[in-house]
Amino acid sequence: MNLLNISGSPHVHSDESTKKIMWRVNMALIPALLVAIAYFGINALLVSAIAVASCVLFQWLIEKYILKVPSTICDGSAVVTGLLLAFNVPATVSMMWIVIIGALVAIGVGKMSFGGLGKNPFNPALVGRVFLLISFPVQMTTWPVVDGIFPMNFDVTTGATPLGAFKEGALPEGVTFMDAFLGHIGGSLGEVSAIAILLGAAYLCWKKIITWHIPVTFIGTAFVFSGILWLVNPETYMDPVMTVLTGGIMLGACFMATDMVTSPMAKSGQLIFGFGCGLLTIIIRNWGAYPEGVSFAILLMNSVTPLINRWCKPQRFAC
Amino acid sequence: MTQQILIAVLVLGVIGAFFAVVLYFVAQKFKVVEDPLIDEVAEVLPGANCGGCGKAGCRAFAEACVAQHSLEGLRCAPGGDAVAAKIAELLGCAVEQGEPQVAVVRCHPANCGENRRSNYDGLKSCAFQNTVYTGESGCPFGCLGCGDCVAACQFDAIHMGPDGVPVVDEEKCTACGACAKACPRRIIELRNKGKKNRRVYVSCVNKEKGAQAMKTCANACIGCGKCAKVCPMEAITISDNLSYIDFTKCIACRKCVTECPTKAITDVNFPAPAVKPAPKPAEAPAPAPATEAPAAQANS
Amino acid sequence: MKTFKMGGVHPEENKISNDAAIEVMPVPEQMVVLMNQHLGAPATPVVQKGDKVKVGQLIGEAQAFMCANVHSPVSGTVVKVEPCKDAFGLAKPAVYIKVEGDEWMESIDRTPDIKRECTLEPKQIVDKLKEMGIVGLGGATFPAHIKYSVPEGKKAEYLIINAAECEPYLTSDYRVMMEHAEEVCIGVSILRKALGVPNAYIGIENNKPLAIAKMQEMARQFEGIIVEPLKVKYPQGAEKQLINAVTGRKVPSGKLPIDVGCVVSNLGTAFSVYEAIQKNKPLIENILTVTGKKLPSQHNYIVRIGTTYNDIIKHSLGELPATTGKIISGGTMMGKAVVNLDAPTVKGNSSVLVMDEAEARRNPETACIRCGKCMNACPMGLEPYLFSALVKNNRIEEAKEHNILDCIECGCCFFSCPANKPLTDEIRLGKNKVRAMMAAKK
Repeated sequence: MNLLNISGSPHVHSDESTKKIMWRVNMALIPALLVAIAYFGINALLVSAIAVASCVLFQWLIEKYILKVPSTICDGSAVVTGLLLAFNVPATVSMMWIVIIGALVAIGVGKMSFGGLGKNPFNPALVGRVFLLISFPVQMTTWPVVDGIFPMNFDVTTGATPLGAFKEGALPEGVTFMDAFLGHIGGSLGEVSAIAILLGAAYLCWKKIITWHIPVTFIGTAFVFSGILWLVNPETYMDPVMTVLTGGIMLGACFMATDMVTSPMAKSGQLIFGFGCGLLTIIIRNWGAYPEGVSFAILLMNSVTPLINRWCKPQRFAC
Repeated sequence: MTQQILIAVLVLGVIGAFFAVVLYFVAQKFKVVEDPLIDEVAEVLPGANCGGCGKAGCRAFAEACVAQHSLEGLRCAPGGDAVAAKIAELLGCAVEQGEPQVAVVRCHPANCGENRRSNYDGLKSCAFQNTVYTGESGCPFGCLGCGDCVAACQFDAIHMGPDGVPVVDEEKCTACGACAKACPRRIIELRNKGKKNRRVYVSCVNKEKGAQAMKTCANACIGCGKCAKVCPMEAITISDNLSYIDFTKCIACRKCVTECPTKAITDVNFPAPAVKPAPKPAEAPAPAPATEAPAAQANS
Repeated sequence: MKTFKMGGVHPEENKISNDAAIEVMPVPEQMVVLMNQHLGAPATPVVQKGDKVKVGQLIGEAQAFMCANVHSPVSGTVVKVEPCKDAFGLAKPAVYIKVEGDEWMESIDRTPDIKRECTLEPKQIVDKLKEMGIVGLGGATFPAHIKYSVPEGKKAEYLIINAAECEPYLTSDYRVMMEHAEEVCIGVSILRKALGVPNAYIGIENNKPLAIAKMQEMARQFEGIIVEPLKVKYPQGAEKQLINAVTGRKVPSGKLPIDVGCVVSNLGTAFSVYEAIQKNKPLIENILTVTGKKLPSQHNYIVRIGTTYNDIIKHSLGELPATTGKIISGGTMMGKAVVNLDAPTVKGNSSVLVMDEAEARRNPETACIRCGKCMNACPMGLEPYLFSALVKNNRIEEAKEHNILDCIECGCCFFSCPANKPLTDEIRLGKNKVRAMMAAKK
């Protein structure tokens, strides 16, 4: 007979694992990726593939040669970072090499420098994205214009995003709520289609990987706050429905603000976190230098997550 | 232009002067009077904060030394006599010499590693495993092999051996006692290093009755008392079915080692081929000074 | 449907031995009876080598306050009185008895008749519980006579009988309900009388609809017994959670159930109370589930306390499957892994659970991703991930401030952790360290 195993109780496990969670997040990102490929064509596919491949490669290299620890690339977290990074950049030809730099920053600085998965205070994909935005402002804000379904050509015409155009003066002609909902607008690779993102988020909710707290408060706060501004002056401020449908609010609220590692753990803390993200996003969008503020808002809230965790405790059974 | 420069200099100067005054008063107000001797003593200490002295860290030890102005009852094991002498010089008090000591792991790896009897699958902590069951060896007194002692060592002087029982690196061991404190089964003991590092000790802490102990481990001490009978120095006592060699009396003659039926008594650093008992220098090791009594008590 | 308010998990139920009727395990040739089969100090042996004993004769007397009597489960001759290794390999005082025949004490009523009337006064009932060595059979083996002696100044308002059997695999309580519903109800009435409470609630999880129906039907014949179906959620059977589920009350930190007017007993205890009070039969038998996913057959047995694990395995399975990886006494969530199969069973053992190699090993630990699942699963509203970090860094004082001692060690945190961190182990270690620290301070 074999030796008996001995351990303290419990002797069963739910069979949940980090690996399963990460791959499910990847699954949830697929609808948005498909929409991006449909609208931006082969460019979107290539940018995403390059981002994912370089994130995985950098993580493998750093773990093998710098940290000298067993490789953890199989857990899928680098793939998540790669996909999210790709989702946050425009699907253009020049992005195909820039995104490699972004991957290096995201994985190297954003994640591995803190000790790897679980120890990073900031969302790695956003660290990479913000680095690129500041370092390559022109390339990062040259948006391809959506031109039919699945364009096969590499040289796409470029134009402004609804948010960019609004910052300059007015919404582009003819952009309807339906366009924004389906994704038929300019923007970063993965953020255009609200419906695809919500589909992914619904899957994550079903699998109990995320809860409604952060996305709902994030989007809700952004909606209410921008609504108030819009009511005050509809000329200068964008209407709230368009606000939440364009730009990165949907993607940020559903996939990046909900990143387990960098968001608060208690439900009450998550509500504060979502509220802060929504508020900061609208403030940056309206009064900041950039037309978009989701990345900065989430990173800023990431930085206060430890404080929120310290302050927001779960309700005790017995006080 | 000159005027602008002048104004800038003036403004900065005034601000500087103002804060200098504020800082001066604040510094006066919150001044902490501390014996400079504490700093000097702390300077000569090893600074590992191992906690072997029983204080919170090296600085706390220095404070204690200065406070009582002697080294009585205080000993920095890692620093040894050299540090003790330096502190005594600083404090202007008498030096108390101590016999150099080393940590000794009193357990045979007979039922560990490949020969283990069960498979521990829980938290890698001896302190926890000790609350779950006997451990992989099946011995309720034996080493649990999770390395709490290894984690406790600040000097990288104790490592898990290939057979699942820790091995002490004599060169690095400073006898701070942190491993002995970390061991939930009190297997590790601080013992005198002995002449030429030669030591004899009972490598077992099993208190079970003979037959039961034998069943548990082939190298267990069964408390038969043969060692006590042959010992010329009366250094060996038997209690609770377990033999113990008093290292202050032992002269390392190794009569008990040959006598022990279960090979529970271990000798270290003796020349490999067991030559015929050459006439040993009959002198007993220097009687242990009072300073090491606390350390010995804590681990016995 | 009632349940407790926060946290909890739902492990696979695996009640595969549900339909196996209770069989009687034959008496082995040699018996070892441990003297500490209960929470607290061991009983003092009152027999010597060579003494003849009968079934039900007192062999270990409770001399300390927190202690329970131990009776001989067999008749025969005392071979020796010396320590025996228990299921975890640790030596415990014990009495060895060579079995000769099966001669019971004359006072024990062995007829199958059911006696409903109980004329004893509450004080007499408690005294008899003590005499008969009754302990809680829910796992903690808390001596029953202490529990039912309500301290001065406190008043019991609710008697709650735990029949939730929320642990996976275990079916002994279920079988008792199915086969001995009437005896259980009489036992509950006796306990109700001992406490002087108007109502007793029997909490049963609704994955046992047959048992609920049976108990409800039986309870109608008794005054003041209410069957309370509960939503399936682990740890429903934990004392504080069950009180919360049934009454909505919460036992404050560091307090006992009696502080909120509740007394909780296990269903098995109620059955043994019936036998002790009405039939004069001391606690000498356990109802035990022998189960496992890979076992050829599933069983529920009535076993004399002191039968060894090997005897039980031999009788029920012949031999262990070659791929056995772990043997657990109790359920998978809070049971204890057994290492010494020569050890005797003790009061409170509810199962011999044989796990296959594949399910017995824990998966390797990975990095914490701060998902907060442990926190959401914790039925006490604690933060297991935080305790893990604090204990690892020896910040014991802080762990205490974060109420580590409130932990009931139900295992929900480890169960739900995607990083496979041994959180429950770490918290137990932390609790020990906190207790040591508090003891040192005193």
